[in-house]
Formats: sequence, structure tokens, C-alpha cells
Amino acid sequence: MALTGLFLCLFLVGHLLGNLQLIAIPGVEGKRAFNEYAHFMTTNPLVKILSYLTYISVLFHAIDGVLITIHNKKSRPVKYVYKNPHNNIPWYSRSMAVLGSLILIFIVLHMSHFWWKMKHSSIPMPVHKEFIAKPQMSPYGGIQDTLVSYYYTTKGDYVPADEVKVDYSNKKPEFYVNYQKYDENYKASGTEMKIGEGYKDLHSLVCAFFGQDKMKEAGIAANSNALVAVIIYVLSMMVLGFHLMHGFSSAFQSLGINHRKYNKLIKVVGKAFAIIVPTLFAIIPIVIYLTR
Amino acid sequence: MKLTLKVWRQKNSDDKGKIETYNVDNISEHMSFLEMMDVLNEQLIAEGKEPVAFDHDCREGICGMCSMFINGEPHGPGKGITTCQLHMRSFNDGDTIYIEPFRSRGFPVIKDLIVDRSAFDRIQQAGGYISINTSGNTIDANATPIPKDDADKAFDAATCIGCGACVATCKNSSAMLFISAKVSQLALLPQGKVEAKERVLAMVEQMDKEGFGNCSNTGACEVECPKGISLENIARLNREFLDASITSDK
Repeated sequence: MALTGLFLCLFLVGHLLGNLQLIAIPGVEGKRAFNEYAHFMTTNPLVKILSYLTYISVLFHAIDGVLITIHNKKSRPVKYVYKNPHNNIPWYSRSMAVLGSLILIFIVLHMSHFWWKMKHSSIPMPVHKEFIAKPQMSPYGGIQDTLVSYYYTTKGDYVPADEVKVDYSNKKPEFYVNYQKYDENYKASGTEMKIGEGYKDLHSLVCAFFGQDKMKEAGIAANSNALVAVIIYVLSMMVLGFHLMHGFSSAFQSLGINHRKYNKLIKVVGKAFAIIVPTLFAIIPIVIYLTR
Repeated sequence: MKLTLKVWRQKNSDDKGKIETYNVDNISEHMSFLEMMDVLNEQLIAEGKEPVAFDHDCREGICGMCSMFINGEPHGPGKGITTCQLHMRSFNDGDTIYIEPFRSRGFPVIKDLIVDRSAFDRIQQAGGYISINTSGNTIDANATPIPKDDADKAFDAATCIGCGACVATCKNSSAMLFISAKVSQLALLPQGKVEAKERVLAMVEQMDKEGFGNCSNTGACEVECPKGISLENIARLNREFLDASITSDK
């Protein structure tokens, strides 16, 4: 429990840092940064190993937790008629199994919201809209800036959106560039070649899920229950906070790391971790709901 | 003082048992809790009823014999005391007091408030000792230098009286604080280090056999322990156990 718990704490830090890109960088740059990060996370082989380690840790932590809880419940076959437990320990220390189960439910929901969609449904390729100056005559005279949509590909190139064909017939959508002049850039034969396969617009998916579609994200229907989603996510982060409030320092105790010199540090860091990490996680859907 | 007592009555280990309500009057606030129980029992005997069976011995807080789960806490309200050191001034006139036996699979009820705590004895017998030569060549304990800090920590652990309050209050009914005190007391001293690995493995194995639960580090035991045994000992037990599991020949 201790080892998997601490590993999952590390995972939380990584996951948080990645997700904070959703709100840390504004505009098109933020969208690009996050989508590039998402592409890296879904394709890098080292990340793949880490992700399997995380799945195993979650499963082991959950199954071991259930087995221990069952054993512990059996250890007191006849219950007390009158017990006064709030006298000596905080409620969250006594409720780790309940808090953990709620977190497991949240993980399933969370994965169905994003992980599943990212893997198994067709999400459009990221389109980034930007004003570029085109020497075009304005009806009012002079040069006018026009809004042009383009795809930003994993190869770091920009391809005008209307020159790309997206084939949704396969499970994994495939993207082709129709335009002859891109042949050289992509060093591929024929007039149609893949650009950034599996490169999906997770940023727009997240914004459509939590936001109210103020920005009209790329072809993804806005979530009509965005407020409910935000509330569920914020409550889940509170549950996570209380789970960590006990779990963080408890893991050290289980591993035998208890020393007068460092106990205070572990306690303080544990409490700070339990407050800061879930709070930052919870801020993300709130900010998206309010701004997107 | 007038009190309403809700006492667990159970004829024997096979009986299901239930809470009975008794009223006692003229209880002095200077009485210890056990003396109040004595008054109740005399009253029950006078009425021709079976007195309440409860454990007690030294009545000065050092033998670890008295138990009882009083108003939801082992050894009742108050910190660092056993039931015999609990005085009736901790209660108010007209109070209702729940009195139950310690509950755990490892502590089966024998009768009323008496539970069988011989599981602790068996855990001790599994490894809570040191093998020394007693054939007339005993080495003077003072001849072995021991750092003061270690000696103090070992002594603190050795103050455990094995009453079982840690098990009684633990939501998992875990006996880890008891075992950790017994393991620490010996593991901290040079005489105990010789058999440290076998000791911790054997005692933990016996603990699991007796049906106690697992520690989830809530810390309730430390709060309720009449001798203030620290959670530091549980961490030491975990360390000793991890070390022994990895490096011991067994």
C-alpha cells in the first residue's frame, strides 16, 4: 500500500504539471503546447511503460486495500455498542477505504471522459486559427488581415486546414494532405500522405467538456452538463485531498521511516501536498468553465 | 452520585450476550471505577443476582489486568490511565455509562467483561525474549555499555503492560502497538539484537495467526495507551520486519 501509494503521489505531480498547461498558457500557444504534450504522452514508449506501471499501481492499491479492509472488518466480529472514535483520530484516517473507493469510481469516470475518447473515438485534428497578413485588397482599400485555419502537425509544420482531408472510416482517423506542394516537405510519395497520425485535439475536448463552448471548439459538441462535471471533479479532488491527508505520512510510517528529526517535515509536507495538489487539480475545470 | 450503567452481560464464550441496565446510587466521586463496579456487584449479590465478572489485580495501574471499554474508549475517558486509575469524578451525577469488554477476534469473551488475552502471551512466547546463559556465568548487565538514548527508548517501550487497550480501540483491532513495544524494547539493546531478525518474524507471524487486524496508522492506539507507547515503535517494528524479511535466512 505504501509503495504504490507513494508512486501514485508521484504520478499525481506529473499529471498535474501536464494538466496545468491547460490554463497556464493562454490562447493558441497553450492549445498547441497541451496538444503536443498529449501527443507525446500517448506515443512515447517510456511514457507507455510508466502508464502501465501506474495502471498496475492503481489496481494493486485498490485490490490490496479491499482485501486488507475485509480482513480488518473480520478482526472484530462483535462490534461495540458504543464507540467514541472521533475522540482520538480524525474521521478521514478512519475512512480511507470509503475515500479510496470514491477515488476509484472517479478514476473510472475520468478515464471514460478523456482516456477512452482519446483512444477509441475520432477526435478532430487540432486546428489553430491565427491571423496572418495576406496581401489581399480590402474593399476599403489597403492590405487586410484574414483569418486562416491551419493544422499544426507533429512534424512541426503548418498545413492550411482546407488542404487536408480527414478519413474517419478507420478506428484511428487518418489525415491526408491533398495539396501537391506539400510533397517535398513531407517526403512522401503521392499526393495524399499522413500528417501526424493519432495527433488529436485533446485540448478542445477538455474545453468542450468543462466549458460552455464560448470559444466554439473545433467541431466538438459542448457538454450540456458542464456545471455538473465541474462539481463532480471538484468534489472528487476534495475526496482525494482527505485521502492524501492521511495517506501521505502514513506511507512513510508503514515503510518504517519515522525519525524525530524528520517526522515534522513529513507531516507538514504531507498536509501541504494533500491541500495543494488537489486544489490545483480542482482549479483547472473551474477556470475552463468560467473562461471557455 | 446516581448513575445508570449499561453493562455487557454474557454467561460464557458460547452465549450471545447483551447489554443490561443497572442503576447505582451513593457513588462517591473519590471512588475508582473498579470500586464503583464493586458497589454494583454487592448490590447485585444482595438482590440474589449474578455479579458482573471483570478483570482486575494490582489496582495501581501497573499490572495491565483491568480492561473494560467505557463510554466508547478503553480504560474510559482520560489519558495515560488504566481503568483502576479512573475515578468517578470523571463522570457527572445522572450520567449513563456504557461498559463493554475489549472487542477483537484475538480477544474472545470468557464471561461478561472478561476477555481471554492469552493471545498476547503466545505472541510473547513466539519471540519476545532473549536467550541468555543462566548457568552461573550471567554477565552483569551494567558491563555492557548502552547509549543513554537507546536505553531510554527501550525503557519507554518496556513500560507496555500488555493490557490490550491498543487492540480494543483500533478500528482494525490491530495489535501492532503491543508487538512493536515488545520488539523495540529488545531490538534497541545489544542483548536483544542477537535474535532480532527471528524475533520480529516469529512475533508478527504469531500476531497474524491470532486473528488481529492490520495497522492503518490511524494512531488511535497511541492516544489510548495508558503507558503512552509511541507510534515510533510501530515504525521500528516495520523497519525490523522489512529488514528481516529481506535479509533473514528464514
